[in-house]
Order: sequence, then structure tokens, then C-alpha cells
Amino acid sequence: MKETIILGIETSCDETSAAIVKNGRYLLSNVIASQTEIHQKYGGVVPEIASRKHMEFIMIICQEALDKARLTLHDIDGIAVVPGPGLKGSLLVGLSFAKAVAFALEKPLIGVNHIEGHVYANFLDKELPETPFLSLVVSGGHTSLLLIREIGKLEVIGQTRDDAAGEIFDKIAKYLGFNYPGGPIIEELAKKGRNDAIYFPRPLLNSDDFDFSFSGLKTAVIYFMMEEKAKDNPVNVSNVCASFQKAIIDILVYKTFKATRMFKVKTVVIGGGVAANESLRKEFLKEAQKKKITIYYPPKKLCTDNAAMIACAGFYKLERGIIDSYNLEVFTK
Amino acid sequence: MPNKDIKAKVFRDNNTTAIFNSNGPEETIWLGTIIGDLLQNGDLIALNGDLGAGKTSLIKGIALGLKSQDNITSPSFSIINEYTGIVPIFHFDFYRIGKPEDIEDLGYEEYFSDTGVILIEWAKIIADYLPDNLLLINIFMDYQNIFTRKIVFKPKGKRYEKIMEDLEAIVGTGH
Repeated sequence: MKETIILGIETSCDETSAAIVKNGRYLLSNVIASQTEIHQKYGGVVPEIASRKHMEFIMIICQEALDKARLTLHDIDGIAVVPGPGLKGSLLVGLSFAKAVAFALEKPLIGVNHIEGHVYANFLDKELPETPFLSLVVSGGHTSLLLIREIGKLEVIGQTRDDAAGEIFDKIAKYLGFNYPGGPIIEELAKKGRNDAIYFPRPLLNSDDFDFSFSGLKTAVIYFMMEEKAKDNPVNVSNVCASFQKAIIDILVYKTFKATRMFKVKTVVIGGGVAANESLRKEFLKEAQKKKITIYYPPKKLCTDNAAMIACAGFYKLERGIIDSYNLEVFTK
Repeated sequence: MPNKDIKAKVFRDNNTTAIFNSNGPEETIWLGTIIGDLLQNGDLIALNGDLGAGKTSLIKGIALGLKSQDNITSPSFSIINEYTGIVPIFHFDFYRIGKPEDIEDLGYEEYFSDTGVILIEWAKIIADYLPDNLLLINIFMDYQNIFTRKIVFKPKGKRYEKIMEDLEAIVGTGH
């Protein structure tokens, strides 16, 4: 069987990542320069958001990905890169680099939407599901419900109208006095609390569409805390975390399964940083068993931004002849 | 555009500031549409207010007033969102910025020009980098009532004083 090697590049936010994937299924390397890694490896402080940092690291990271895969650039059959959504300056670094490599090697350039990439984080160790399927991508930057009627294409059927689900976790965690990122901290505290202790609203739950809204939930949690403080009541933070987390998960579960009915799909693929949340996984599985729907989760290490998922998506697009011209441009939203 | 269902008025606190008492997110968005209608290329609005105050809601309205049909969402994660209206709209959110200097890496100078309308959430974090002339809006939460907000306008410079006067003329002044 012919081998197809894809180099994936992801620079949409504050992580520089390059990965090498064989035939869409074999992850040969996946190198991510996250803030912490750069701190450890290169010493010195890294600004949270910096296209200049991507500039500094993109070549080192790519070389490391090739070295770990024991390959050279000449073994690459295609370059998959994220043109958006994300930070313009950060995206430009990855895209320009990918274009230059594709141009020099005379190999195809494959643009992979960042949100679409999160869907494919599921398929590095599994076969693709049958189409059509639904996908819910939940992260610090996105909350999107996607319908994939055929591989390589996607339709956004719902998205957040204000804050992303992961962003709400971070903001509430910060409000409660915890560090960034807030998701894992809230999840940990929630385990010790009762999720029916406090009732928080579930905005847009009964709207006719598949959009999400979390801003009102955020405000409700903040007001609950303020009222308790004003009354000098001791607050059980674990109960707040558990009840708040339950509200978010309820909204996500309800809207997703409403969409499975509407679009008559039998498979739901979850992706994004919030997909690492254990309670979310459990609740989706519970509902899926009732409704006889198959649920896919990515391995936890591939939930956050990485180039492996981009390379994987790139393989399936290339296989179907979906490639981009050198006119490919960045987009932020 | 005045909405007869909305009874709130803009009133002067003193010569340099005006106040609008909003009774909920819908009113905040409505006020935003009036402001948006008054804006033109090069205008800059700096917004401050605690988490949950309604900064993004006000900006939703402003973008509507600028005839944008885009989905206006919080840019806390992405730092900058761009929308298309009758002029380009640049929506910043500096909530995640740890140190003010970090914005130098964003290429923000390119945005702070006359190519669109600039709307900034958590402007106080980058106060040193803001131009002298702007419309400062502070949103205060009422800790007794989850819906009501006090929205305070402080114009800096003639252009922004004019916007505030026009806003008063449309929304009406009261006491």
C-alpha cells in the first residue's frame, strides 16, 4: 500500500505545533511548543500571545517533528495548515511557512479549518465513522455544532452567541480566585460537590435553533456569589462548581441530541479542550446509550490544540482531492 | 430609532459625563445600536466593567447599529474579532493579557488607525497604549439587581463630545 505522509502545522493561537502523520492513522510525531514547554526548554518568559514567538519556533518545531518521525522534508506528500479561525498574526506565520514549504517541495497545500481539525483529533486511532455525523467542538475559543455530510466538508448548524463554553470555565474559575486554565480546576472541585445544590439558568435551551449562549449563566454564578457574600453566608465552592458545570453540560447535551433527532444521525464526535472533562464524557455517554447513538472522544492529549489532528484531517482531504491553491488566505472568525 | 418601550434616558451627571440606566441586556443592546449608528471610521470606544457587566452585549448593539450581520461573540480567547459593517469593526478584548506590553506583539498599531471602528473591552488593562481622544464607557453592576446596569459615558476630545451630545438628543435627557 502506498504511504502518504502529511506534515501538519497549527499556529492559530498561542501554541506552535507541527506533526507528521502517515496514512491519516499513524501519528509519527506531534510536537507542541506550549507556553510551559517553552518556559522549561528555552528559559525566559513567553508572552501569552505572540506571532513573533511562532516565527521563532516554527522551524525548530517542524525540524523536531521530522526528526522524531525519522524523516526529512522530502518524504512529505502534502502540507496541511490552519488558515483560521484564530489570531491573524499567528495564523499568518503558519500559513506563510506552509506555503513556502509546499512551493519549494512542489507538494499540495491543504487548508484545514481549526474547528474541523478538532473533529479529526478522534480519528488518529480509529476508523472514520459513516457519514453523516454530528460533531460538537467545545474549547476556550469555540462552541460549535457541526454537521458532516461528507468527509472534507462541514456545515455549522449552531454556535455560541457570546462566550465559548471553555471561556466560561476560565472566567468563573478566575472569578472564584483560581488560575488559568480554569476547566480542570472546576472539574476537580465539582467532584466534591453536589450538582443539584444550586439552580443556575440554562440560557437558550428552548430556542428553535442550535445556538448556544453562556453569558447569562456566567452572570448568574457571579450574582449568586455576590448575594451569598452580602448575606455573609459561607459558600460551598464545590457545590457552586458542580452546579455550574452541570448547567453547561446540560445545555451541550440537550442541544446536541436535539440535533441528532433533527438531522437523523447516529454518531456524535466530540472535540476541543472541554472534551477532556470527565463529567461531560459521562453525561454524553449516558444520553447516547438511551438514544442508541455512538459517541467518539479524542484521547485527552489531543483535546487541546495540536497539529496531529490537522495532519489527520489533511490526509482525508488530500485523499479526496480537496486541496488549496497558493491564494489560500487567513481568516479570523 | 427611539424605542417607546424603553423609558430609560441619558442624563448628565455633570458637564463631562452622561449616564444611562439600563434595565437589562435588551436595553443595553438597544443603546448600543444608537451609539453604533453615530460612529464612523477612526472612532474608538474603550469599555470597562466587571465580568458579567454586559460589555459584549453593548458591543453587539453597536455592531448592529453599524449594520453588521455577523455573529458578535466574546473575543476573550482570540483577543481580536473582526466584523463587517458599513465600516470594518475591530472588537478587542484584553481580559487575557497578562502585561500591557504583551499587546505590542499583537500588531495593535495597525488597528488603531482610520480603517474602521475600534471597540475595546477591558480597556483599562492597556490604558497606556490608548490614544488621547476616545469615548470611555464604564458599566457598573447593581449588586442588588441582576439585570440593571449603570452605563457611564466619558468623552475625551471634541469628536466624542459630539457623539455624546447626539446620543442625548436621540435617547433624550431626563433626570
